[in-house]
Amino acid sequence: MAAIKQTFFQECEEQLCELETGLLAIDDGDTDSETVNAVFRAVHSIKGGAGAFSLEELVQFAHVFESALDHLRAGRLAPSGEVLKTMLRAADMLADLVRAARSDSSVDTASREELANELRAFDPHEPSKGSGQGIQASEDDDPDIAGFEPVPICLDDLGTELHSIQNRFLIHFTPKPGLYAKANETALLMRELSKLGEIQIICDYSHLPLLDELDPEHSYLSWTVELTTVHDETAVRNVFEFVEWDCELDIQELDPEAAPDDEAITALIREMQATVEADLAARSDPQVASVPASAAEPPATAGNPAMSQRGKQEMATAAQATIRVDLDRVDRLINLVGELVINQAVLTQRVFEAGVARASGVATGIDELEQLTREIQDSVMAIRAQPVKSVFQRMPRLVREVAALTGKKVRLVTEGENTEVDKTVIEHLTDPLTHMIRNAIDHGLESPQGRVAAGKPEEGLVRLSALHRSGRIVIEVSDDGAGIDRTTVKAIAAAKGLISPEAALSEEEVDNLIFLPGFSTTSTVSDISGRGVGMDVVRRSIQSLGGRISIRSKPSQGSTFTLSLPLTLAVLDGMVVTVADETLIVPLSAIVETLRPKADKVHGFGGNAMVIAIRDQFVPLIDVGRELGYRAKDTDPCASVVLLVESEGHARNALLVDAILGQRQVVIKSLEANYRHVAGIAAATILGDGRVALILDTDAVVAHWREVATDFEEPLAAAG
Amino acid sequence: MSKTILTVDDSRTMRDMLKFSLLNAGYHVHQAEDGVHGLEVLRNVTPDVIITDINMPRLDGFGFIEQVRGDGFYRAVPILVLTTESDAMKKDRARRAGATGWIVKPFDPVKLVEAIRRVAA
Repeated sequence: MAAIKQTFFQECEEQLCELETGLLAIDDGDTDSETVNAVFRAVHSIKGGAGAFSLEELVQFAHVFESALDHLRAGRLAPSGEVLKTMLRAADMLADLVRAARSDSSVDTASREELANELRAFDPHEPSKGSGQGIQASEDDDPDIAGFEPVPICLDDLGTELHSIQNRFLIHFTPKPGLYAKANETALLMRELSKLGEIQIICDYSHLPLLDELDPEHSYLSWTVELTTVHDETAVRNVFEFVEWDCELDIQELDPEAAPDDEAITALIREMQATVEADLAARSDPQVASVPASAAEPPATAGNPAMSQRGKQEMATAAQATIRVDLDRVDRLINLVGELVINQAVLTQRVFEAGVARASGVATGIDELEQLTREIQDSVMAIRAQPVKSVFQRMPRLVREVAALTGKKVRLVTEGENTEVDKTVIEHLTDPLTHMIRNAIDHGLESPQGRVAAGKPEEGLVRLSALHRSGRIVIEVSDDGAGIDRTTVKAIAAAKGLISPEAALSEEEVDNLIFLPGFSTTSTVSDISGRGVGMDVVRRSIQSLGGRISIRSKPSQGSTFTLSLPLTLAVLDGMVVTVADETLIVPLSAIVETLRPKADKVHGFGGNAMVIAIRDQFVPLIDVGRELGYRAKDTDPCASVVLLVESEGHARNALLVDAILGQRQVVIKSLEANYRHVAGIAAATILGDGRVALILDTDAVVAHWREVATDFEEPLAAAG
Repeated sequence: MSKTILTVDDSRTMRDMLKFSLLNAGYHVHQAEDGVHGLEVLRNVTPDVIITDINMPRLDGFGFIEQVRGDGFYRAVPILVLTTESDAMKKDRARRAGATGWIVKPFDPVKLVEAIRRVAA
C-alpha cells in the first residue's frame, strides 16, 4: 500500500498541474467544455484517492472545491475573473494540502476554512451551507430515490451461532426485464440470500409461454422464498440493493414462533408444486429446477492464501506508450555508454598507430563502430532529456504569490516549454529561475501607479522562454520594468566596498555588479529577494552546471537575464590544444575565433598585461600557461595561437595556447567526484591515447586573470 | 477457475488499488484508462465482470456502459460502477444506462469482492 500511496502523491502532482493549466486556460477565455471537465476530474481524482488513504482535511477541502467546480461545469456558475481568481487560490490551497498530507504536516485551518467558505458561496441554491462537517452533510441535500439507503452488510455475523431470535421472512420476487438487461441474475441473488440463512425457494413459472412464443428478453418467472435468518429485514433488502427498481419485491416478516404458520407455508409450497407439476404434465416445457438451498461456497474470500498464489498471475494490460524507469538505471547506462565512447576512441587510435591501412577492412570496421557508438550515445542522451515544462509550470503560481505580496500586477508569458534538456540540468534550474522571476517582479517591475505614470500598461509583463541555440539551451527571463538603476547599483556597490568609488565602469560592468557576493539593493531585507545573496548564488549554480548567465538592461524599458546551459552534462565538443606540453580541452561553445597574432597587433598595457587588436577592438591577452601555473615566464604571443573566447556578459578575451591539435567530442568525467575541485579546470576526460586531459573552464581563467589584473590597476590608480 | 475482471478508471491510484485488492482476492485483472481504452481492451479480453469509474476523459462511465450494453457479445456482462457516496443521482443514471450494481468510493476491499460475487456467476 505504501507504494500505491506514493503513486497517489505522484498522481496528485500531475492532477494539480492539469488543474492549474485548465483554470488558467479558462481564465484566458477557453470555453471548451472538455477543459472544465478535465479541471473537475482532476479535483475529483485527488478527492477519490485521498479518501482511500483517509486524508480527511484534504478530502473535505477537495469535496467543497469539487462541488464548486461542478457548478462551473454544469453552467450554474459563470467563469468570471473573480470566480477564476478564487478557483486558482483554491487550487493553490489544494496543492498545499496535498503536500502537507505527504509530509505529514498541516495547513493553517483558518485560511483553509475561509477559502472553503468562499467556494461554498458559489452554490447557486444555498449561498451559505455552514461549515464543512464532512461529506455526510451534503448527502442530505440529494433526493433519496425510492427511499433507498445503503446499509453495510456485516459479514462477521455470518456463520456464527447466535442466541438471537431467528427471523422468518417470506419474500416474493418478480424480476422485470430490465433486471436481466443489466446483467443481474436471480440465481446469484438467491445465492446471496442463502448466505443469510436457511432458504427454501419455489419458482413460479406459471406465466411461462410456449417456446415459440417465448421472448428471451422478457421475464416470466417469479420466486417465493422462505428465509430463516438471524438478520433483520434491512439485511434481506440489501441483497436486492442493485435490483430494487427492476423488480417487484415484497418482503413479509413471518411470526418466528408460529409452528402452524410454518406448516401453512409448507402446505402452500406443496400446493404450488402440485399445480406446477400438473402444468408440467400438460406441457413439455423444460423444467426450471429450484435453486438448491445451500449454494456451494463461493471460491475466494478476501485474503485466502491458496487462491492468492494462483490468482496473482498478472495479465499484460494494453500496451503503454511510456515506461517508468529507475533514474539510477538510466544514469548507469549513460555512464557505461560514456566508457564505451572512450574505449572506442582508444581502440581507433591504437588501430591506426599499429599501422593499419586506412582503406583496409579493419579501418572500415572501426569507422562503422564509431558511427554506431555515436548513435548509441545520442539515443541514450535522449532518454534523459525532458522538456523544461516541468520547471516552467511552477512559475505561474510563484508569479501570483509574488505579485500579491508586492501589490503589483503581473502577467507571465512562457515560450518554448517543450524545449528538452537533460534531467539533471532541469533539477538545478528551479531555484535560479525562481529567484530571477522574484527579482524581476520585486525589483524590475514598477508599481501599477508607477507604470501608468510612465505611460506603460498597468500590468507588467514577465517573459520566460527556452530555446536551443548553437548546441546549448538558452533560457531568458525578461521583464518590461524600469531596468537596472545603474546609479543606485554603483552607489551601493561602492558603499559595500565592492568597487572603488572612482572606478570607471561600462554600463555592462555596472549591470554585472549585481552578481557580486553581498550585493543587495534593498536597504531592509524584504521577505522575497533582498537577502543580498541572491544573484551571486544564482550565477554560481548556473556555472556549476557548465552554464553562463548574463544581463542586458535598458533604463525604463526593462531587463533580460540570459542563461546559457549545455544540453547535456555528459559530453562536450572541445578543441584539443597544447599548453606547455600539457594537452587541454577547451569547450567549443566558448570559442568564437582562433587566430595567429601578428606582432603589430599586440600591444603592452600597463605592467605585464597585453592586449591584442582584433578588428577595431582591444582584447586582453591571457597566457593560459601562466594562469594555470604551467610556466613562470610569458610566451611570445606571436609564436602561439589565440583562442578568442566569449564569457558571460559577452566580454571577449584572447587566450594564448601553444598549438591546436584538433577538435573532438569528449566524454566529461567529473574531477570533483574523483579527485577535488581545481581552479580553472571544469572537468577531465580520457583521450584516445589513454591519457587524461583537463577541460578548461574559460570563464574561471578569465575571472582569475581579471582579479590579478585589477590588483595591478588599483596601485596604478593610487599612484596617479 | 478464477474470474477475470476489467477495471476502467483514469486515476492511476485507483487502478493500483483495485488491482491490489482484486489480485489478493484471487481474480485476474485487466485494466483500462478511460471508456475508449476500455472498449479497445474489450476487443481482446472477455471479462466476467467490469468495474468502471464514471468521471473519465474521452468516454465517461455512462458512455462506456451504454456502448457495452449495445454490443451483441458483451451486453450481458455485469458492470459495477465506482461512485462517490453522495451520488444517488449518479447511481440512478448509471442504472438507467445499464449498470448492474455499484461500489462506493473509497471502497472497502471486502465490499468490493462482495459486490462482485453478487453479480458474477
